Amino acid sequence: MASLTADSHGAHGAHAGVVHAHEHHPALQHQFDDMEQQRESSTLGMWVFLVTEVMFFGGLFLAYVVYRTSFHDAFVQASNHLDPLLGFINTLVLIGSSLTMALAIWAAQVNKRKLIVWMLIATIVLGAVFLGIKAVEYTDKFTHHLVPGANFDGSDFTEPRHAEIFFSLYFIMTGLHAFHMVIGIGLLAYLTIPSWKGRYDATYHTPLECTGLYWHFVDLVWIFLFPLLYLLGAHLQHH
Amino acid sequence: MAEHVSSTKSYIMVFLALAVLTVVTWAVALVDLGWANDIVAMAIAVTKALLVILFFMHVRYSTRATVLTAISGFFWLAIMIFLTMNDYWTRGSSLLPVLGK
Repeated sequence: MASLTADSHGAHGAHAGVVHAHEHHPALQHQFDDMEQQRESSTLGMWVFLVTEVMFFGGLFLAYVVYRTSFHDAFVQASNHLDPLLGFINTLVLIGSSLTMALAIWAAQVNKRKLIVWMLIATIVLGAVFLGIKAVEYTDKFTHHLVPGANFDGSDFTEPRHAEIFFSLYFIMTGLHAFHMVIGIGLLAYLTIPSWKGRYDATYHTPLECTGLYWHFVDLVWIFLFPLLYLLGAHLQHH
Repeated sequence: MAEHVSSTKSYIMVFLALAVLTVVTWAVALVDLGWANDIVAMAIAVTKALLVILFFMHVRYSTRATVLTAISGFFWLAIMIFLTMNDYWTRGSSLLPVLGK
């Protein structure tokens, strides 16, 4: 493993008073041998967390598959009440935000410190656009009484109770996804501050990398939600 | 393992591939392929997911421990879905109550 001790900035930070045989990067935590080991450990730890997220969303995807195979016709009918154009635009917005997120980390890797901030802001803006479009869709569902519960209007459906299950899954899956987006935007907003101060560069940008992994994971979830929720009955529109 | 730095061009290519696949998945959904509609939609979604995981999430350039962790997550998800559906497929639809109007 390459050692970054030669890259030292001469700062001991929190270790004042501790005698070191050599100087090291100010961001290096004492339990790690070097920056590389620290970075690889953080990435691994973040992936372990993402595995729990996979299982978290996985339970909902499983519920979707079970009910969808059982109540296929009702799900097709209910799915056709969603607007695929809005879902399509949101997919492009979200993969665009994944691009800007990846470019923010790239900017750190090539020491373009101001570009990190701009790419983070672009990611936040695209995330906000996604949530804005989601809000328009949710408003439409409330207006048309397609929200599960006492005010659900099943008059459009052959099997209203089964259509209601589709909308329950639609709201919990897109809702949980949107909640993850809100958290992601919060993390990105926070990261703009140390990025602006020039804390991240080629030698250290682990917070950007881990937040990026989280942001891309949220993108992954949507990549499956779009066809499953919006497109499942598109070819049966006129049946 | 030193950190791999991808080019901006490669990131933009991945983005364009994802955008094209999004258009394709919508276009294919409008054509009636019978049971194959779901298969095609999921094949495209998995392809897009792999592009995101390998390039945007840098798994292609990560340590073996990280690659194995990522694989294990999706592998266990597959077990959960496959074994559960195995039950529903072989025991019929009687497992779910059919709700009235």
